[in-house]
Amino acid sequence: MAKNRIGVFVCHCGINIAGVADIEAIKASVAGIPGVAFAKDYQYMCSEPGQDLFREACTSGEVDGIVVASCSPRLHETTFRRTAGEAGFNPYRVEIANIREQCTWVHAGNGEEATRKAVDIIRSVVERARRDEPLTEATIPVTKKALVIGAGISGMMTALGITGAGYPVYLLDREPSIGGHMAQLSETFPTLDCAQCIFTPRMVEVGQNRDIALRTYCEVEEISGYVGNFKVRIRHKAPYVDWSKCTGCGMCTEKCPTKVKSEFNMLLDERKAVYTPFPQAVPNKVIIDREHCLYFQKGRCKACQKTCPLGAIDFEQEDWFEELEVGAIVVATGYDLYGKENIEEYRLGYSEDVVDGITFERLLSASGPTQGKILRPSDGKVPEDIVFIACVGSRDPENHFPYCSRICCMYTAKHAMLYKHRVPQGQAYVFYMDVRSGGKSYEEFVQRAVEEDEVMYIRGRVSRMYRDDGKIVVVGADTLSGATVEVRADMVVLAMAMRPSRGVEEIVRKLKIQTDPNGFLAEAHPKLRPVETLSQGIYITGCAQAPKDVPDTVSQSGAAAAKVIELLSKEQLTREPIVAYVDEDICSGCGQCEGQCTFDAIELVDRRGNPAMGIPARRVAAVNEILCQGCGACVVTCPSGAMSQKNFRMEQVYSMIESFV
Amino acid sequence: MRIELSRQALLSELREQVKDLSEQNLLACYQCGKCSAGCPSIEAMDVMPSQIIRWVQLGQIEKALQTKTIWLCAACQTCKVRCPRGVDLARIMEALRQLVLRDNVDYMHPNRIPAEDLEELPQIALIANFRKMTP
Amino acid sequence: MPGCTLKTKARNFETTTLGLLEALDVRVHELPDWYCCGTTYSLASDNLIMHLGPIRTLLKAKEAGRPELLVLCAMCYNTLRRAQALVLADPEKRDKINAFMYDEEVDFQGGEVRVVHLLELLKERVGFEALRDRLVRQAGELKIAPYYGCMLLRPREIAIDPSSEDPSIMEELFGACGVQSVYFPFKTECCGSYQTVNEKPIVVSRARAIAASAVKNGADLIVTSCPLCHFNLDFYQKQIQEATPGFRTIPVLYISQILALLAGQEEANDFSLHAVDPRPVLRERGLLG
Repeated sequence: MAKNRIGVFVCHCGINIAGVADIEAIKASVAGIPGVAFAKDYQYMCSEPGQDLFREACTSGEVDGIVVASCSPRLHETTFRRTAGEAGFNPYRVEIANIREQCTWVHAGNGEEATRKAVDIIRSVVERARRDEPLTEATIPVTKKALVIGAGISGMMTALGITGAGYPVYLLDREPSIGGHMAQLSETFPTLDCAQCIFTPRMVEVGQNRDIALRTYCEVEEISGYVGNFKVRIRHKAPYVDWSKCTGCGMCTEKCPTKVKSEFNMLLDERKAVYTPFPQAVPNKVIIDREHCLYFQKGRCKACQKTCPLGAIDFEQEDWFEELEVGAIVVATGYDLYGKENIEEYRLGYSEDVVDGITFERLLSASGPTQGKILRPSDGKVPEDIVFIACVGSRDPENHFPYCSRICCMYTAKHAMLYKHRVPQGQAYVFYMDVRSGGKSYEEFVQRAVEEDEVMYIRGRVSRMYRDDGKIVVVGADTLSGATVEVRADMVVLAMAMRPSRGVEEIVRKLKIQTDPNGFLAEAHPKLRPVETLSQGIYITGCAQAPKDVPDTVSQSGAAAAKVIELLSKEQLTREPIVAYVDEDICSGCGQCEGQCTFDAIELVDRRGNPAMGIPARRVAAVNEILCQGCGACVVTCPSGAMSQKNFRMEQVYSMIESFV
Repeated sequence: MRIELSRQALLSELREQVKDLSEQNLLACYQCGKCSAGCPSIEAMDVMPSQIIRWVQLGQIEKALQTKTIWLCAACQTCKVRCPRGVDLARIMEALRQLVLRDNVDYMHPNRIPAEDLEELPQIALIANFRKMTP
Repeated sequence: MPGCTLKTKARNFETTTLGLLEALDVRVHELPDWYCCGTTYSLASDNLIMHLGPIRTLLKAKEAGRPELLVLCAMCYNTLRRAQALVLADPEKRDKINAFMYDEEVDFQGGEVRVVHLLELLKERVGFEALRDRLVRQAGELKIAPYYGCMLLRPREIAIDPSSEDPSIMEELFGACGVQSVYFPFKTECCGSYQTVNEKPIVVSRARAIAASAVKNGADLIVTSCPLCHFNLDFYQKQIQEATPGFRTIPVLYISQILALLAGQEEANDFSLHAVDPRPVLRERGLLG
């Protein structure tokens, strides 16, 4: 429907537009277009006085559609529409004509042509605006709960942040306990605080927080819905123990005859088949490892069941499912270290005494397999010459990963220092390329390692290593002195690259979010939107997004929590109404639109018809306006023209084209 | 040892020649030293292979051409296979040798080989050697 | 294609291989009018004349109607494969090289001939299990140090094993035949190659390190597939022994020499070509006499 009262504002945009095109001439031509009620100009329409002018036009009753000829709609369409809405004018009858980026900025040398083109652009947008419908925004409710996937330090801190504002959180982890990798650490840099001492109180805080519903030993099965209204189906893996009865007393563990290499202790020592992963586990419950349990494998034993005073062991248990309804989801799945078997040129040197950083942490840990004594895993002797190699698998675009894993320079210095504190007569060597120590007190920390603890820093990478007489010969270079360097080491610690947690691709697929080329979760904008994804309502934080240390992880988790609180604090959310819609009279139910839609917003539904009146039963497409993102793919796919988009109808587009011709 | 750097020094014709002959991105090397550490001839070299490429980066081609190092390369390709930035150092070494040899210089000549060696050495060694060390 | 040294110092390699392949029912023909393969592969971007040697060889194979060219020498393998890769990747260079060979009919695209190394032939065409079935002797306690050297493994694009740093094709081959391979961390370390002409100290140093590693890890023999490696590792051992008291010499044999002995073909080997006599060890391990 064409209306005939469109108001046009021509913005000077300082000299950006006025310096090239002739504003007076534009106004004069535009005023003559049929349907245009007036053509006014102003220097900066986006400024306060400009907005006042605009508002006046909205409330004057003189016009029922407005075109602002100015910069790109990406900049100020929202501004003008908001002002219109506040003034009681339908925002969707306000359109922007881009005469800057698409006109004066590219034809800066040719004022006459630019003026003519600007008029053409404005005319076409006027034609469109005349046919715009006044649309109303849809509102959707918000479920005031959040789900945090991953219960390491980043997931935990995010959950605490969200509950701090009074919103309940489900905190999910695939392991039986919360804590992630930080629970494996011995001391943290740069303070050398005992990691357990600063971390366990947080774990307990999370465990005791009434608004945090722990869902450990669970996996995400399926996710559907949209911002404010997610439905998540999770699988509780069967621990074969009734957790409502288990108190974590540990009697079953004592009686269990089966020993298995402990994953928490990086296979350096053993646990039982019925176990808690580590003594400070939250929740403090046991699980049974079905693959090694004598009952499951051979049908005997059941010592745990016989011992348990509360009857908590239940071999008949099966996995079970739960549906969660939440308004926001935070992905905090963390990292894993790149496997050292991937480094071909070092393989010939591998033995039990060549370990990665987390394994060394377990050796350093007072509650670890050696009670904090640094001993060679192969023969239990104290290593007197220990080599640390930085950048293994990182900064290696040719064979492994191009990025820097950020934390290794710091934890390598930490490891070397702690080694020297415990083995004062030993010598530590660090093969490095650069030392990246930009955080607070980090540089001073590294200098301590070099000067006070006399760690020998050798600037060069290691080319290969091999075994000889129970030692590991490490062949590297010192580019600063211009020599190659060989060290016969008792032990080697590799600073392996940080990778996104294994299995994160599944979560990414289910959530339909993006990853970057290295597999880390993609943020919406690298500088300005570090915790959001391009999917509304889904946030990311911690090492799942990129390698980082604990202080940065905690900061980012706070940011993610704030974003979630922002979302959940709204009574309702509004959706832009420029969505697709179906003319059912024309739709033949071919389903091509359904196949095209990446947002699952279209389904085919049945219409009963009316046989008595000769109207057959058939299927037609139906658009879910909440899920629809207004991308237009279905509109162009539709072969019959049944699918259209609000305020982007074909009729409008043709009118714009015709105005040029 | 002092080097004076300037636009001219860095964009010298010799450096361009090395780049063209080797078809390598000279600036990709970040001097990690893995090539040097893996080089079989390193003990006899006066300057490390990674230092050669550093001199080329700095435009100091003449200095690189005066080393023994470039002639001690055995073309074993270990450097190329280990380089984390994909730089084929073996080709850079070849380019530098070519800059000397193409001035019609014979680094090696059959006359310089003692007769008893010529009897013992397998042809394969002589062929390979002359192909690398003569124009 | 035998290549230069296989007709002289490395005769053993050729004779034992031919005998072995006959016993395995694999028919090979010597390429008529074969050229020097042109080792080592030239690395300069514009030196196309240096590639004539290998390309002509491939052309000869194509003309002889042989789609597969068997090579034993690792350096031949490396040079031929890389020259082939060059002309396949760069049609402009291929055309220039083709145009230069004016007295021969040329329309060489590059891929018409497949270059096959003996190890690949044994693995894919014969199969290690089938090879084992043809052997008549047990290897018993024999321990070998499989020496790959450089040319079979680098650059990665032409390597005969998926890993250029920790290959296992020789260990698999010999393992299938009942021969143990020792842990040998110097198995891919360069022998010094053509530096043997004018920089002998480098080769002596390398040979010492490689041989010492093999001996230290309990090997009876070093096994190789390259006439230059064989020379470098074998010839200088006496020198090393004189300079280093306590150095134990270790014989160096070609792959096919061991296999021939296991297949009962003793006469194919001419042990006078070795500097370090392998016969004592071979007798001790029951492969000879």
